[in-house]
Order: sequence, then structure tokens, then C-alpha cells
Amino acid sequence: MQEYFYEIARTLDGLIAGNEVYLAAMSGEESDFIRLNGNKVRQAGTTKQCNVGIDLIEGDRVAGTSVTLSGEPAIDEVRLATAFVKLRETLPHVPADPYLSYATEVLSTETVGEDRLPSSANMLDELQSGAEGMDAVGLIASGAIHAGFANSLGQRNWFSSHSFNVDWSLYHEADKAVKSGYAGFEWEAGEFARRIAESRERLAILKRPSRTIDPGEYRVYLTPAALSEFLGTIGWAGFGMKARQTKQSSLIRMIEDGATLDPRILLRENTGEGVGRNFDFNGFQKPDEVRLIDGGKIADALVSVRSAKEYGVPSNGADDWESPSSLDMAGGELPLGKVLEELGTGVYVSNLWYMNYSDPSACRMTGMTRFATLWVEDGKIIAPLNVMRFDESAYRVLGENLVDLTREREFIVDSESYGGRSTQSVRVPGALVDKFRFTL
Amino acid sequence: MNLEQRFKNAAPKVEFCSLRFVEETHEGLGIRQDVVQPVRTYTDAGVMITVIDRGGIGYAATPDLSESSLREAAGRARDWAHRTADRCVTDFSKIPMPHLQGNYRTPEVEPWESVPLKDKIDLLREESKTMQTDDKIVDWDASISYGTRHCLYLTTDGGQVDQTFRFIVPAMSVTANEGSDSVTRSLGGRGYCRQGGFEVLDTVGFRGTGVELADEALQLLVAPNCPTGEMDIVLAPDQMILQIHESIGHPLELDRILGDERNYAGRSFVTLDMFGSYRYGSDLLNITYDPSRDYQFATYRFDDEGAPAERAHLIEDGILVRALGGVISQARAGVPGVANSRANSWDRPPIDRMANVNLEPGDQSLDELISRVENGVYMKTNVSWSIDDSRNKFQFGCEWGQRIENGKLTNLVQKPNYRGVSATFWRSLAGVGNEDSFEVLGTPNCGKGEPSQVARAGHAAPACLFQNVSVFGGE
Repeated sequence: MQEYFYEIARTLDGLIAGNEVYLAAMSGEESDFIRLNGNKVRQAGTTKQCNVGIDLIEGDRVAGTSVTLSGEPAIDEVRLATAFVKLRETLPHVPADPYLSYATEVLSTETVGEDRLPSSANMLDELQSGAEGMDAVGLIASGAIHAGFANSLGQRNWFSSHSFNVDWSLYHEADKAVKSGYAGFEWEAGEFARRIAESRERLAILKRPSRTIDPGEYRVYLTPAALSEFLGTIGWAGFGMKARQTKQSSLIRMIEDGATLDPRILLRENTGEGVGRNFDFNGFQKPDEVRLIDGGKIADALVSVRSAKEYGVPSNGADDWESPSSLDMAGGELPLGKVLEELGTGVYVSNLWYMNYSDPSACRMTGMTRFATLWVEDGKIIAPLNVMRFDESAYRVLGENLVDLTREREFIVDSESYGGRSTQSVRVPGALVDKFRFTL
Repeated sequence: MNLEQRFKNAAPKVEFCSLRFVEETHEGLGIRQDVVQPVRTYTDAGVMITVIDRGGIGYAATPDLSESSLREAAGRARDWAHRTADRCVTDFSKIPMPHLQGNYRTPEVEPWESVPLKDKIDLLREESKTMQTDDKIVDWDASISYGTRHCLYLTTDGGQVDQTFRFIVPAMSVTANEGSDSVTRSLGGRGYCRQGGFEVLDTVGFRGTGVELADEALQLLVAPNCPTGEMDIVLAPDQMILQIHESIGHPLELDRILGDERNYAGRSFVTLDMFGSYRYGSDLLNITYDPSRDYQFATYRFDDEGAPAERAHLIEDGILVRALGGVISQARAGVPGVANSRANSWDRPPIDRMANVNLEPGDQSLDELISRVENGVYMKTNVSWSIDDSRNKFQFGCEWGQRIENGKLTNLVQKPNYRGVSATFWRSLAGVGNEDSFEVLGTPNCGKGEPSQVARAGHAAPACLFQNVSVFGGE
């Protein structure tokens, strides 16, 4: 695919004229998806997709388009030529763009992942046999993911990986389930079997009679999966330069009033240790890390090239939406093995779900517990809990009510596939929090 | 050779084989703080071939429409069907799939392409320049997204459905700020999405709205927080659509009830035995699946498995009567459904999607609804939504809140939120607005499915009155 993309770039090189500049961004994948319910297949298939976005620039005017690549050179050449004609027709009708910015210094890079994947049919065999007799629900996703950038100045950037992401839940009944996942580049049957066995073991707890707690304040332990939901919601609009400048950041009280989180909070965009591309689609490289919250205080913002131009600050390679792709939170002092003991009596929250802001200015969010939420007494798991709604602010959960973060952290690869398989990830600890507010 | 012929030549000898071609084009125009954003278009095209054979089901999607590519894709789909044949959720071979013929095209008065690009940009400019009415307005934008979707569905047994949809999504928002407090007003979120041409912009009142939004944002900025307590609420149509979407639409989707979505979008508190007898809401609650309403966002004549779409009641006089599930889900579940098996693109398989789900109008004017409230809040324009994985415990927030005291609208309140439980909330429906407050709206970005898909859903509703709801504000 890399060679084909470079061929496409050569075609584009031949299409430009005069002072025109093009920027080309390609995204593609060849993926198998196998969907299960009740440990049986609901849908199974293969998709091959590839599109290239092209910005045609002349002076300070830009027009963009995106076309599907079929993979057949003769067909794609026609599509690209047609796209160029339309872009040229559009350019005279668009005004100058004062925030237009793109890389003019050529810096070509390539990251080429090896294909070490077994067939997805083998993964299905292992999942179905490992979960035999169980109500397993989920998705096996596997295959190649590609991204490329090229411009008429000669820059070429390439990223490809061959990865799998198996995301499943084992259900006891109704909404009582254990959610697990296994993602990576090299399939280890032993590790997968261990995770399935662990899910089975945890499921046993959910067979106990469930309890319902009254709304109120509780001491809770948020697993890394649960905490990542919380942080992900802050990431929507919390860290971007545009959100900061337009007073729409959910961290506005940190920015305007000097509000702080607990001094142990260190949040970084850690591209260097992520699993995605390390370049943006304007030709700029992303730094290995950007410190977003440091020592509990607001630090740098994620800055796209467009924001950089608009606000007169340096870009740090953020994509247009200025949200983290490889969010990393530093661990604390709490050993994982002591979580239940330190929780004492309270709620062990395996997963949070469907979060949204109830008061963005206060960074207050609502959401639900989901899957295995457990009632703990004196450091012992007593019973599964029925789902609870919470309404809490980042300033309380990661500030005044934060007891500790776990020393160990978990690396979680996003299993979503809107438009294509995600290459976002988080690396986060668990969090022990006091006075967590359940409301319904 | 046309696609039909190539498909015929490439299809393997199996019990069932279909081809679904989808070509989608978009144009996005936007302006922010009076600066026209880069004009971008988008074209995406490809096919999905689905095979049912020996009880199994498989699919393969490709952007290459050549006969050799179709043959390869069909072979892969057949291989998946055979590989999964004895390990599927049902015997797919026993499900009779439709093989109908027909077509549909969105009606439009003023085609998008007939309006010069300059005129469209000028329209955005006109709106934009009215919005910054005060230094406290810190951000403002307006945009129009326009799309055409052409779908051709073929089966080897003669099915042929050709449909072309034209979508328009206008949006506008204004943010006002003072210190660390910001409020945003928008044109119904992105709820004023419709099928149709350029004329839709006038229908939904796009022109001239910018200055109103700015004024409302400034008013909200100095308003107190919404009070906390149990009280009555009147919800405007641009909040009702999310209430319907999340706590009626999704719970009635058969794939959720069957458990397919439990690992991602969630299940449903609704069970199969409830259809025909369960009291979902008060007698005033009448919900229809209506794919026939011109200009509504998810209007179509056939779903993506070729089943014919017809209007039907889902909830009648408060009683649950019908599910939202396509041919395959209906066969698996054994309950009546509708034609709503839909895919968001050529590279994703169809799943149960709610399409147009509407709350039928009642007989009271908005003034009459408000006059019945002694102590409550009138809420407009959804800004926040959250609901549990069984679609029961929900919480919603709105942009606009206005106190109702002794039957009259009084002062504005900021950040109005309310929470409840679907299974009981709809039984507190005490008043349904008439045609005067009825609006045809929708949502362009409903996420669901594994692999993930974003779908368009349409919702039409009048203003509605609910009693004794838990209400609260910001901090």
C-alpha cells in the first residue's frame, strides 16, 4: 500500500501547475470484523477501504476534497484528475484563508509495521472455544491500517501497522457482565487464554445476588478503564487551544481562575508511546509528548496548525479537533494489590459509560456505571451492584477527593471503528476517590 | 458493462447473494468569526456483497467495482458464510430475504447545485456578521453540510432497489462568556437536519437566526442557575427529539433486545414479551415509525436489505405494539418489526436503526401546556445526553431554560438539567402539543454497532408536558 500511495503522490505531482501546492492525506485499512452474540457469530466479513484527502492551494486560497481509491491505477488516476479539475473550479470562488498553514520544510518519515497476525478465523476459534458455554458478546477486529501524507514539495510520510483488537463481554444475565479486551500486534494464544480465564473467574462474582445502593456520596475505586472514560470526556474539548481561546474549554476554571487539580496529576499527550501516526495531515511532525496538566496545574494546550496561525502560537502537531490521541496519566503510590484494602467499604467501578457534561464550565460530568460494578465491605467484594448514575466534577474526582492513583497503569487501545479502526490509546492508572456522588 | 451485469457475472452459486452499492458525496461550507473556513468536498463509493449459504452469513466490501474485484469479494463473503455456518446466532438460510424492485428520490425544490457557491458563502457571511453583538460574544459560527447518497441494492433473485437521498444539515452557534462562565446557544444543536434542497434553509428559519442566538446567549449569561427540585417541565421539540431518540428509539431496536449490542451500545430494558401489552407511557403517548414523511431526515422507501418501508405505530395510546427491527431481527425475535435494517456506508453491514421515529401531535397549544404548570421549567435545545446501557436511567441538559410560575413563563435560567427513568418517565407525560408546536427534526450522528457506524435518524415532535421530574442546574 505504501508504494501505491507514493504512486498516487507521483500522479498528483503531475497534475499540479504553476504555483499550486497540494497536500494529500491518505487513510486506509484492510480489516476483518467478526461480531458475536451468545458466543455465536452474528456477522462476519472483510472490508477494504482507502481514501485520499487533497487540499489544493494557490497563494492563500485553499479548496479540499476527498476521494475513494479503488486500488486500480487507471481508475484512480481518472478520479484524481477529475478531483483536480473540480478543485481548480472551486478555488477562484473561495476567499483567502488567513489561517492557512502547511509544512514547507520537507521532512519525510516512515513507520512500517510487520504483519505478524494469525488469521482472524483462528482468533474466532480461540474465542469461541475459550468462552464455550458462556454468553460471550463482542467483536474481533484484525488487519492492516495505513496512513500517509504527501505534498508537492516532495515530503512523504507513511504509517502502517497490522493489529488486532478483540473486545468482548462475558454476560451472566441482564446487564451483569465482565468486560475485557486483548489488543496488539502479535497474537499470543496463552495470553488470550489467560484473559478469557480471568473473565470467567470474575464473572463468578456477578452470580451473587445484586444490590442497589441509595444515591449519595461513596468511596470508589475507578479502574483504569473507568478512569479513561472520565479523562476521555475531558479530552473532548478540555485541552485544545481553540477551546481555550474561545472560552469553551471544560477546564476554563483552571485557565481563567487558576483552579487546580491534585498536585499528583500529570497528564500528557504521549505520541511517542502511542500506536498511531506521528504526523498530522498538514505535514508537521508531532512531538513525542505534550504536557497538558502538570503538578495539577494547567500546562500546554494541543495546538493544530490552524489554531497556531490564528492565535500566534507554535503548533504541536495536533489534529484539527485538538483532542488527545495517546493520553497518558502518571501513576501514583497505591499498589494494585492493595486496592480493595484501601477502598475498605465502597464501590469498585470496573467501567463507566455514556459520559457527558452537566455543567461544562465546572467540568462537571454525568455518566453511568456499567458491566461489573461491585459493592465492597472491609476490603472484601460482597455483591454486584445495579447500575448507578453519577454527577461529578473533575475538580473533586481528580482534586480534593482524590485519595491515590495506582502505581500500575494499563494500556488501553480504543476499540471503536467509526470510519475506520481507531489508533487512539490511553495509558492510565486506577484511582481511589472519596465522596463520589451517585445521583440516581 | 454496467454494475448489474458485472454483479450477475461475479455472483457465486449460493442460496442468497446481494450487492449494495453506495456512493456518498458531501460539501461542507462554514464560517467562524467571520472567516470562511476551507471549502471541502468528499466522495466515498464502494460495494458490499453479502452471501447467505449453508446457514451462515458473510460479507466483503471493496471500493473496486471491476468484475474481478466483485468476484473476489463475493468469494470472500461466501467463505465467511461457510466458515461460520454452524456457529451463527441463527440459521440464516431459513430467513426469507426480500427481492423487491423500486426506487426513491428525495423531493427538492431548489437543488443544492443550482445555487452558486458564492451565494452560499454570502449567506453564511450575512448571518455571521450579525452575531457578534457584544464584546462578551467570544465565538460564533455557521455552517451548512450538504450530501447526496445514491444506493443501489441488487440480489441475484431479481431484487433491484435504487434510491437517491439529498441531505442538508444547517448549524449555527454563538458562545458568550464572562470570566469562567460560558454559555452557548445554537440552531437546535444540529437538529434542523432534513432531506431536500436549498429551500430547507428557509423552512427551518436559517436566515436571521444568528442575531437571535446572540441575544439569547447574552441573556442566558446573566441568568441564575436552574433551580433544583421536583417539578413539572415543558420540553420544546428540539429537546424532545433526544428524549425520544434515547429512551424510546434505542430501547425498541430489536438487535439491542436480542443482545447483539451488549458489548458496545448496550441492551434494552424492553423484553420480547412486552410487545402488545406493556404500558410504555400515558395514554397520550403515540409513537410512529414513519419513513414516508417528505423532507424528514431518515425517509426512504426500502431499507438496506431491500425490505419495503411503511408507517407503523410503535406505541399506541401508551401501549408498546411494535419493535424497530429489520427482516433478520424479526425472524430471530418472532415479533413484528419495521424495515429499518440500515448501514451507514458501503463498508459496514446493515444493523437495526431507528430511522424516523416520531411523537404524534396532541391537542394542546404551547400556551395551554404552560398554563397548566404551577412550578416548573420550559427547556429548549438539547446540549447534553446520557443514558444507561439498558436505556433506563437518563439525564439530559438543555441550552435554554425558562421558569414557569403559576402558569406563566418568567425569568431565564442557565444550564437546566433533568433526570429520570425511561420506564416511568413516559407515564408522567401529561400534555402533548398540537400541530402548532410540532417540528420535523433529526440527528445526523447516532453512533452504534460493531464495527462502529454513524447513522442519520429523524424525529418529529410537538412540545410536551411532564409532571414531577427531578430538575437541577449548574454550580
